[in-house]
Amino acid sequence: MTEKPVPTIYPETRHFWDGAAAGKLLLQFCTECRKHYFPPRPFCPYCGGRAVEIVEASGLGRLYSYTISHLPTPGYEPPFVVAVVMLDEGVKMLANIVDCPPEPEALALDMPLEVTFEARGAFFIPQFRPLGSLQ
Amino acid sequence: MSRASIAIVGAAETTELGKVPGLSQVGLHADAALNALADCGLKPADIDGIATGGHDVAEINQYLGISPTWYDGTSVGGCSFIALVRHAAAAIQAGLCTTVLITHGESGRSNHRSHRPIMPSMQQQEFEAIYGPLFPPMRFTLPVMRKMKDDGLTEEQLAMVAVVQREWAAFHPRATARDPITVDDVLSSRMIAYPFRKLMCCLVSDGGGALILTSAERAKDFPAKPVYLRGTGGEGAEGPMVSQMESFTSSKAFRVSGKLAFETAGITPTDVDHLMIYDAFAHLPIYGLEDLGFVDRGEAGAFISEGHTRPGGRLPLNTNGGGLSYMHSGMYGMYALQEGVRQMRGVSPAQVEGAKISMVHGVGGMFSAAATVVLTNEDSW
Repeated sequence: MTEKPVPTIYPETRHFWDGAAAGKLLLQFCTECRKHYFPPRPFCPYCGGRAVEIVEASGLGRLYSYTISHLPTPGYEPPFVVAVVMLDEGVKMLANIVDCPPEPEALALDMPLEVTFEARGAFFIPQFRPLGSLQ
Repeated sequence: MSRASIAIVGAAETTELGKVPGLSQVGLHADAALNALADCGLKPADIDGIATGGHDVAEINQYLGISPTWYDGTSVGGCSFIALVRHAAAAIQAGLCTTVLITHGESGRSNHRSHRPIMPSMQQQEFEAIYGPLFPPMRFTLPVMRKMKDDGLTEEQLAMVAVVQREWAAFHPRATARDPITVDDVLSSRMIAYPFRKLMCCLVSDGGGALILTSAERAKDFPAKPVYLRGTGGEGAEGPMVSQMESFTSSKAFRVSGKLAFETAGITPTDVDHLMIYDAFAHLPIYGLEDLGFVDRGEAGAFISEGHTRPGGRLPLNTNGGGLSYMHSGMYGMYALQEGVRQMRGVSPAQVEGAKISMVHGVGGMFSAAATVVLTNEDSW
């Protein structure tokens, strides 16, 4: 099994990955719209304004939708879950659901999730697991 | 009264369809283009506008020996060719050119393709591809579990999309998959990416298609029955990150595109005699029927299951069998257009008797973009 993919990082997204390496899930926040947004960019996608801040997310969210892939994929052992997580801050992001069987019975939509960080080489990748699954 | 201003006067698919190991991607473009030129009795020298998606338009131009005054290489995925029909119409009306050739070719199965990247988006690569959804069945389908929970869509209804389209494909000698299937067949086919099984996913084929457009006043000089554009059609876009769709139960790009197409054609859904909705996967006709306004939100699964889109139903949909059964090269929008043209010419093997208005709606990428056109065989309305 080859390695899982790692991100190509750009100047506008460096802060996000630096945050992940420090165990923080970072979003951006428009001080005019008072809205969080993702993925990173140095302006607000709702109003085009540049008055934006980098803020730490709660790391909490819910399972918004998913597929369970049975296709061979570099670095992954099928079946595995590709999920969209709705963060408590109101933004959606893709992730795998970890510490959870890749079965529909274990994946109830809207179940609470929490962020965790997966080491891949020099990178730390935000992932989500069922809230409280870490004993 | 309105008179048509633009017509499709030439239309053809590649000589062979499905498995074409002897032609490369550029060769498929050219085979379709030569067939479309023969269809209307033109030569490459008669073409002064050229357009394609997913391939360098200049290369197609050089390969065919055309000297254009207008070109368009809009590449937003499979609906590019539908968008290019409306772009070409605008160019002809603006006097930028007189006779446009739109080509498509893709060696999806035999893989004699160009180096088009599968995922050219920077943000999609950085924030989605790292989680492994490398293939369309894992990614294009991501909103569907949400739609099932919020709108009551069921796996059986998704299966019925495939069943009904196979009924249409049975009419078409050139369709790849023509044998009847049942809901049980679909639901027991191999799991690809839950909840999608093999028979809910499109074919992988080789093929191409081409169209030739000119002004309506010239249209009657050509041998085939003219097919006119009614209104400007529509287009819309969100972007290549499925996770960032505004809604998971409805496509904004579909809604924007469909609304424009209906408004500029001066029609409502009940006026549409024949409908094509690009179906890379079984959920797309569901989203399309709802987002274009043929049914209310949450009703499309039942509408298809009740038989309204099958042969003999009141809204014939995807009458070539669609990407699920006819063929799917990768960017299928051209084949939806070809079946719309055949229906308006009255020559489809699955002909809808008396059909006067055909709507062709396509998706580009994975809910990334959309385009819609309205075709008719009437020169005024």
